[in-house]
Amino acid sequence: MTDLLIRNAHIIDPATNLGTQEAAPRDLLIRAGRIAAIEAPGVLPKAGEELDATGLILAPGLIDVHVHLREPGQTYKETIATGTRAAAAGGFTTVVAMPNTIPANDTVDKLHWMLSPERNAVVHLLAMPAATLGSLGEALSDYEALAKAGAVGFTDDGKPVLEDHVMRAALVAAARLGLPISQHAEDTRLTGGCSMNHGPVAFRLGLRGMTIEAESNIVERDIQLLRDIEKSDKLRPHLHVQHVSTGKAIQAIREAKQQGLHVTCEAAPHHFTLTDEALDTREKGGVAFNTNAKMNPPLRSELDRLAVIEALLDGTVDCIATDHAPHAAHEKEVEFERAPNGITGLETALGLALRILHRDHGLSLARILALMSTNPAQIIHLKDRGNLTIGSHADLILFSPTAEWTYSAQASLSKSKNSPFDGTPMLGQIHATLSEGRIVHRT
Amino acid sequence: MIHHSSLLSIDGLPITEVARILSLTARIAQMPAAERSSILAGRRIALLFYESSTRTRTSFELAAKSLGATTTLVSDKSSSIEKGESLKDTGLTLRALGAECIILRHPASGSPELLARMTGLPVLNAGDGMHQHPSQALLDLRTILTRLHLDPTTVDEQSLKGVTVVITGDIRHSRVARSNAMLLPRLGARVLLCGPEPLLPDHASTLHPSIEIVRNFDAALKQASVAMMLRIQSERLAGLQLDLAEYIARYQLNTERLAAHAPNALVMHPGPMIRGLEIEGAVADSPNSAIEDQVAHGLAIRSALLVRALGATA
Repeated sequence: MTDLLIRNAHIIDPATNLGTQEAAPRDLLIRAGRIAAIEAPGVLPKAGEELDATGLILAPGLIDVHVHLREPGQTYKETIATGTRAAAAGGFTTVVAMPNTIPANDTVDKLHWMLSPERNAVVHLLAMPAATLGSLGEALSDYEALAKAGAVGFTDDGKPVLEDHVMRAALVAAARLGLPISQHAEDTRLTGGCSMNHGPVAFRLGLRGMTIEAESNIVERDIQLLRDIEKSDKLRPHLHVQHVSTGKAIQAIREAKQQGLHVTCEAAPHHFTLTDEALDTREKGGVAFNTNAKMNPPLRSELDRLAVIEALLDGTVDCIATDHAPHAAHEKEVEFERAPNGITGLETALGLALRILHRDHGLSLARILALMSTNPAQIIHLKDRGNLTIGSHADLILFSPTAEWTYSAQASLSKSKNSPFDGTPMLGQIHATLSEGRIVHRT
Repeated sequence: MIHHSSLLSIDGLPITEVARILSLTARIAQMPAAERSSILAGRRIALLFYESSTRTRTSFELAAKSLGATTTLVSDKSSSIEKGESLKDTGLTLRALGAECIILRHPASGSPELLARMTGLPVLNAGDGMHQHPSQALLDLRTILTRLHLDPTTVDEQSLKGVTVVITGDIRHSRVARSNAMLLPRLGARVLLCGPEPLLPDHASTLHPSIEIVRNFDAALKQASVAMMLRIQSERLAGLQLDLAEYIARYQLNTERLAAHAPNALVMHPGPMIRGLEIEGAVADSPNSAIEDQVAHGLAIRSALLVRALGATA
């Protein structure tokens, strides 16, 4: 493998604080897929291959702890190969696949199959297997064996681990291995027949709405379980709350963190960008019942959207995760209540984060990169990714933070095009994504 | 692309367009039957019904036939829908068979929007889930105008000034209530929504800025020019516990209550009625009742909607 020298880049690495205080350009040398040196321009010798990064930001590749790649079982929506190509286009160099495939990823054999090089992932692929066998919420999967085989956490994503005793057992078993339980916080006893957020828009559209309590009740229950386990089992379980969408659940997480419990959480770009008004844009000449804006947790009220942003600003939210959920067009071209939940998100995450959080709410580039790289790396215990330390994998992005562009769902590299952001202006354009030193995407 | 003469929801319909529909309705209603039967001669209309219906289906069908159109009824019980065919594909099939307009009733809110987007045909919403029933709102409007001796041939923003309409019952699940609450205030009516919280959540008041919620039926009724009663949609209650005896005691429109609080109020009900529950049979049959008028106005309004949908002249 030839050495690659990236010249004249503005390097930002939140993990080492490099470039977060000053903007002097640097050169970065990649050797054998790892970061070999970072120096002032002109210090490093010429390499076999060179990239001129003048005017661009060079940062750790983005890490997404929550994606759906649909393989095995639903390859008409996405495959590991297509999903990771979309990830590379969005600047992601590590993605964590959720287990709600068909069949569910709940055994070592299935995990091995998924992570096998034969799946042709173009970026680093990791997985969280099912927290319970078949994600049925009853019996735990074999955490020890799965951890040895590479699991970075456990989740029944798509649905919650609802029973108290099962969730308690899951937190205890994962804590013994030092891994998180990643929870889809939804009290499904309160959301039967619901297809959007509870509130005036749901009332106007005649749809049943999910209350904010359906999310916060589970978060509060799980936090109480953490407290109990810390007290009685002398363990320190790690609860990771997925795609938190309500101010009420965020407040519970904020307080739990203040009490020293090991809780982390993620927010999805759609929850800090859109509200449930996106389901009815007729007054603005748009459509109603837009199934490309149907997701779970649903788009919430403006108050909740602002609460998510506030929590991103104050550090309560640890990372941004896309919940990339591809669905075929024919699956979304149905009655709203019958349409599957979810939107694609890998190629719009950075553009929305820069537009909404950086430009509109003043979050620094370094903080955004921390939310999308350094912090998710810490949540799943990646030591040599998500940072620009010498010796770490050369998982990198080069991007222009000021470039404006418009997202086109049809141009997406994902097999599916179900995005509410088709035609939406974005800020910040990826120029190149490098996975272990190889350029896996170039604009 | 949604066809411009579709009628999917009442809130997107400008008042000028409501006025045009009322005027067209009046013109068609006055026509001799022979003249009327030539307006849509040779035109093809499909009625696509995923939910049972008596009044709406029959009045659309009779309206179409009285205008000379050919109709076909497709229901979920006797078609490829039963075999799992999607709404999109069913719509495309009807279009390929020459349907020029589809009248859709569907239990899922928003289905008419989907069908209209997928087919590009004019789609008339004959009731979708808990969302909308726009032709019902128009026929209710014509009923109110006629029975209150107002001009039934046109409307503007002041036409219902001084008229207070009390809509009572299961508003949470009612597409009729939503449609009326979105139309009548735009014509100057004062609209009060009445019912217990489980059937009438507070955010129902966001349907229109002037909507008021009154929990006490007697207090609401005292102010009513029109008392519009709604059925408890037990099939949609989904876990809501309702004490029917208490509901009847507090919210039933009975002879005694009507006489005491609103002896001159017009009584309306979109049907189907459950006599003895939300309304006493004697009230439904009383001179105050406009319930049969509503059905008759339904035929007239739906005739106009079909003529408008197909771009015919009358």
